[in-house]
Amino acid sequence: MAVPSTPLEDLSVAYLMEPVAAADWLIPAPVVWCLLVGSVLVMLRKRTALQPLIAIPSLMVLVFITLGLLWHVAVNGTVTMTMGRWLPPFGISFTVDLLSAFFAATSSLVALAAGIYGRSDVDDSSRRYGFYPFLLLIMAGILGAFLTGDIFNLYVWFEVLLISSFGLLVLGSRPVQLDGAVKYAFLNLIATTLFLVATGYLYGLFGTLNMADIAIKASELRGAAPLMTLVTLFLLAFAMKAAAFPVNFWLPASYHTPRIVVSAMFAGLLTKVGIYALLRILGMLFPVERQELSFLIALAAAFTMILGVMGALAQNDIRRAMGFLVISGIGVMMAGLALGSPAGLSGAILYAAHSMVVMTALYFAVGISARLGSSFKLTEAGGLYARNAAVAGLTLVLFLSVAGLPPFSGFWPKIMLVKASLDVGAWWLAGAILMTGLLTTIAVGRIWALAYWRPAPEAADGAGETPDPMDTQPLSFGATAALGGLVVITIAAGVWPEPVMALAQEAARGLLDPSAYVQSVFPVEASQ
Amino acid sequence: MEPLFAVLVGALFTVAFYLFLSKHIIRILMGAAILSNGVNLLIFTAGRVTREVPPVIGHDADVLSASAANPLPQALILTAIVIAFSFFAFLLVLGFRTFQKLETDRSDEMRLAEPVSEPSPPVGY
Repeated sequence: MAVPSTPLEDLSVAYLMEPVAAADWLIPAPVVWCLLVGSVLVMLRKRTALQPLIAIPSLMVLVFITLGLLWHVAVNGTVTMTMGRWLPPFGISFTVDLLSAFFAATSSLVALAAGIYGRSDVDDSSRRYGFYPFLLLIMAGILGAFLTGDIFNLYVWFEVLLISSFGLLVLGSRPVQLDGAVKYAFLNLIATTLFLVATGYLYGLFGTLNMADIAIKASELRGAAPLMTLVTLFLLAFAMKAAAFPVNFWLPASYHTPRIVVSAMFAGLLTKVGIYALLRILGMLFPVERQELSFLIALAAAFTMILGVMGALAQNDIRRAMGFLVISGIGVMMAGLALGSPAGLSGAILYAAHSMVVMTALYFAVGISARLGSSFKLTEAGGLYARNAAVAGLTLVLFLSVAGLPPFSGFWPKIMLVKASLDVGAWWLAGAILMTGLLTTIAVGRIWALAYWRPAPEAADGAGETPDPMDTQPLSFGATAALGGLVVITIAAGVWPEPVMALAQEAARGLLDPSAYVQSVFPVEASQ
Repeated sequence: MEPLFAVLVGALFTVAFYLFLSKHIIRILMGAAILSNGVNLLIFTAGRVTREVPPVIGHDADVLSASAANPLPQALILTAIVIAFSFFAFLLVLGFRTFQKLETDRSDEMRLAEPVSEPSPPVGY
């Protein structure tokens, strides 16, 4: 046995010896920044006027950090940073490929919009109870989930975002919020517990939690281990997080109850984390098992999108209709996952990014409609176009975008998905996507006709509950700017789709061929 | 030892899911607590249950001997216990506040967020 002459030589067996490149500090920076600012805001929670002044510039910095990370990944390929310099798979790796970086950048744009909108949507009492700290901490959870390369770490980030989302959901603690929060909390807790069960089994089978390591070992273990059971369990857990039919009932029960800005944030980001985990684990780590399950996923996708939009058609409360539109969009993304082809996955990725921006903006638009003096109830709403034609126009753009009509951002991913379904002969899936588009157009068209186009109805005296004073305050510049900014993004991505389409296609290629991902984590092994 | 633990985990899951089917929030809460314990035991069992061999790597080896218990699942459980405990505490308070405000702990009587008598949207104007 060779006795090491100096202990320093020995270190390279367990440690990464080369210093971290300066640009690689961008990898953990989004999470670190959110946790840092979040904890500062917790300390300042009684200084309600100061909080947005710190939070909004910090969210701007976050946008720059994630855009920088996206640029870094687009130029240099997948990058990895391993905590504590332990050699992977022993250290927890943050591995960022294009998919992670793309979702991280889009979600921080949405968070910035929410921070700006929240300034006029959240009263002092809710700020004291921690709206801005929770906003930063939920972003830490979301970005951590996007960036991590370790499955147990993914579970931990899921819990971080879940506990922050509980905090945001009950801010104000009106009875209706508590009612929604009970259903949201229990069903999401069961979903994450299922995820933990699957993670325990995964470790039992693989002896590793590092995603790149799992990608290598999956092909060796196939046939020898019950991978199908494992993947089905993951599918159930993440489908529940993503609100796919038939495990979606927590979403329409809760998403319309908190403040509009919180609903907007949830609708934009939380379900997409479930979709991201599905893409990462089913799409990248277990492609063979995903192929086996593809009919089941496609069936769930078709039911999710059709039943989601039918739910939207049946609602009188505009906020609840929006919740059902979120579900319908999840179905479209699941269709891309079921197809699993490059076109299908890139369609799903692009649709997810589109949905982050547009669903958030739609909730903003609904909140603004109430501030302009309309009602959340379709039976009582009206006259918005006469009151503010500009806002009505912006809202119409969003309605057309969510329905998937050109020239807005919802059009291109739907085209890609319809074509990808027809390529494999799944005409019924293509039909479901097109049918969903038609029904969505009817649902949002009716909302626009009734709430915006129709003259304001005679005020029914004393009917209905008294609205929250925050819902009916005058429209502020920040709220309109947040809505306008997101509308500009959806128009830009619709009129000039090539860059984002290329990005989504490149991200899908990275999922289908994880060799770059593996090489980034294990540079030595892959080069041998 | 493992078969015994497997049966115990199965029993805990059964009890938890039985409790989830209840309408009372307090029972669902107990179900959540039992489920999280079942999951922890599951991960614990997956990491081999043994106390004969200490989990120490010898001079001439790079990895633990196959008969030693794997310490990593135990570290995972530690994390999971902390998370499950904090969630349980939150849900307990949430359930209690809901009981105070809505004056019921039956989930089918909690219809504030999804009212039964919501009118259909108008078909025209």
